[in-house]
Amino acid sequence: MKKLLSGNEAIALGAKIAGVKYASAYPGTPSTEILENLAKMAGVRADWAPNEKVALDSVAGASYAGARALATMKHVGLNVASETLFYLAYTGVNAGLVLISADDPGAWSSQNEQDNRHYARFAKVPCLEPADSQEAMDFVAIAFDLSEQFDTPVILRTTTRISHSKSVVNVPEDNRHAPRALKEFVPDMSKYAMIPANARRRHPVVEDRLKKLGEWANTAPVNQIEWGDKSMGIVTSSVAYQYASEVFVGYSFLKLGMSYPLPEKLIRDFASKVERLVVVEELDPFFEHEIRAMGIPCVGKEYFPLTNEFSLAVVREGARKLGVAQPDYATASVAAQVPARPPALCPGCPHRSTFYTLRKLKLRVAGDIGCYSIGVLPPFNAIDTLGCMGASLGVAQGVDAVGENNAKHPWVAVIGDSPFFHAGMPALANIVYNRGASTVLILDNDTTAMTGQQENPGTGKTLQGASVQKIDIEQVVRGMGIKDVFVVDAFDEPAVEQTIKAAVAIKDRPSVVISRGPCVFLDTYADKYIDDVDLVKCNGCSLCFRVGCPAIYKGELDATTHKPKALIDPLLCIGCDVCLQVCPRDAIFRVGN
Amino acid sequence: MLTASDIVAEVGMALGLDAKKSEVHGFSQRGGVVESHVRWGKRVGAPLGEKGNIDYLLAFELMESARWIEFLKPGGTVIVNRQRILPMSATVGDALYPSDEAIDQALRVVTTKIVYVDGLEVATDLGNKNLANTVLLGALARVMEVDPEVWLDVIVKRVPHKYIEQNKQAFWAGRMGEKVPS
Ligand SMILES: Cc1ncc(C[n+]2csc(CCOP(=O)(O)OP(=O)(O)O)c2C)c(N)n1
Ligand code: SF4
Repeated sequence: MKKLLSGNEAIALGAKIAGVKYASAYPGTPSTEILENLAKMAGVRADWAPNEKVALDSVAGASYAGARALATMKHVGLNVASETLFYLAYTGVNAGLVLISADDPGAWSSQNEQDNRHYARFAKVPCLEPADSQEAMDFVAIAFDLSEQFDTPVILRTTTRISHSKSVVNVPEDNRHAPRALKEFVPDMSKYAMIPANARRRHPVVEDRLKKLGEWANTAPVNQIEWGDKSMGIVTSSVAYQYASEVFVGYSFLKLGMSYPLPEKLIRDFASKVERLVVVEELDPFFEHEIRAMGIPCVGKEYFPLTNEFSLAVVREGARKLGVAQPDYATASVAAQVPARPPALCPGCPHRSTFYTLRKLKLRVAGDIGCYSIGVLPPFNAIDTLGCMGASLGVAQGVDAVGENNAKHPWVAVIGDSPFFHAGMPALANIVYNRGASTVLILDNDTTAMTGQQENPGTGKTLQGASVQKIDIEQVVRGMGIKDVFVVDAFDEPAVEQTIKAAVAIKDRPSVVISRGPCVFLDTYADKYIDDVDLVKCNGCSLCFRVGCPAIYKGELDATTHKPKALIDPLLCIGCDVCLQVCPRDAIFRVGN
Repeated sequence: MLTASDIVAEVGMALGLDAKKSEVHGFSQRGGVVESHVRWGKRVGAPLGEKGNIDYLLAFELMESARWIEFLKPGGTVIVNRQRILPMSATVGDALYPSDEAIDQALRVVTTKIVYVDGLEVATDLGNKNLANTVLLGALARVMEVDPEVWLDVIVKRVPHKYIEQNKQAFWAGRMGEKVPS
């Protein structure tokens, strides 16, 4: 049966067919939908973990205990889980273990565009790379078999373009979950318990395994040669193959489905039969360096960029430089001035009051990652630093430790509920333990909104929506010994402002403000009315424009101030009242609904 | 928008072709731009098309047609929903929403085949604002000259049962719209 599936849907299906029993992940674009799809499949236990390291440790446990297990994460998630990957490389597995690393060339929704093929080489484990959804499904099964055959974790690397593009998949008629009996765990400390003496003994096993994997790769069906014109041989993988196949038409191709370890014999053979070896790969010169290290001459990054996502145009440009003629599509440059469409907090977003206030109070802000990263943009321009999950609290502590969190420059850390559980808790412990005096704002919107409203340990619901014990952030914070904990209604801007001021005024000990209010996408969000503007009272003072709401826009100029009055789009407004609260002239009022 | 491009891709499949669709977006849920590409063919490699070589451009918002027109092949067809969604850069900054004439002129640099559709209006008349996309698909079906039954088959399979009738009406409204200028 032919179906149009995204790479992520295909991976979930492939995992089900391969009999995966346990899957764990922390959401992250572009990987999130894999677990969301698996969660709907009977026979698979799929859990959101608080972070990627915890996910991969649990998946390791499931594999040791004899079940095929899957961890999924975005590229930067593997930084968090890398500690686990490295010991797993040594212990190996019992039942098959596959780790999906979804990379993001182009950094569409990430803080960087790292190339996780390096992790495969670094940890000395195999890496498979599908080039479309069909391969995404097929390679999962291959990855599980490979994992068991070679006693190793296997990385399956996708990119945004592979995970989120839909292409045609031949779905087997019988695609039920294939239940497998647990493979008995045979205690073996020399394999599973990495004290130094055991680790030293396991290292040669890892090196030997890598050699054998390299041998396997030479004849593995995932690596394919397509012979054509031999004046040029293209070595490529993943989506770069798709672009190259439309650009280097008729030339010879070595398409690598396994990007580590590389099939040395196969590459040598291919290279010896073509006049010129050209490597077409997105991001880093990974194949290029490996191939050069084999002593085989090739070209690559002098023709194709190191940075950003590939496209047909980018690959064509490189081909042209290599002397392969390309069509030149006339592109009209856009004649009209089309304004940019920057992202904005949704109308009714609970984060709005906080960023309006931070801007108003001119505080310095150590930021974190979530929808509220939009606080970097106008009109807020309110976040000074932003790095990774949980970084806000650590950065604030460092600033505080060297005396820069002072009356002249008060700093605050801002973090969401999901990153608080992900990496914020140890950082808060650090603040308490090391006599910090930072103010930490926790924006609790009762969901992991940025990645599409996933549950987390604070929401009281599992991935499948089952009710569970809700971990109360306020109790956690108090449990760590913080005395000054303020809980405030996110939709009450004056209260938010007052509370932040009070917390920042505490200079000799840490303080925490929990700003609570649901994301508008949650069922618990109450919208009863909309707001409207009294155009007689409004004088165009523009204060409400500073709440950065997409529902508020500029209308006619005021006769005296000559500044545009505010208008509210009734289709977009959901009556959160933040603009109403900041208007000094009471020009905004509620309209019943 | 995202379901609309799924439907276009599945129509390609229903015609026995290879098809791929891919969306490009960052903070899309929060008001950013979403761009979705669909390619059909005997074999489709690249999931994304390229500037100056797209046969049909569907703009679900008025000024977006001008932003993306450089993707259209000279003489290709652009279908434009007349609905305006003001960008934040106009509220927070000094950006101005371009005039209808400026947008039309920008499109005319590339093509004369411009089909304006009042998607939101038609959809509102049918009692469901969310049908605007289906109206646009109807307009696309007309200019692509693909059997409407193939489209309807795919649409019916894709939308929740209780919206099937409404979607059919929206599709036909788009399909029967004005003639394509030549
Ligand atoms: C290590 C890592 N894992 C996952 C992500 C993906 N990610 C970005 S924002 C976000 C969720 C943020 O949730 P929260 O802070 O609660 O804020 P909200 O979006 O709900 O406002 C996630 C999971 C990431 N950036 N880094
Ligand atoms: S999705 Fe939720 S948290 Fe994110 S901007 Fe919108 S309302 Fe705010």
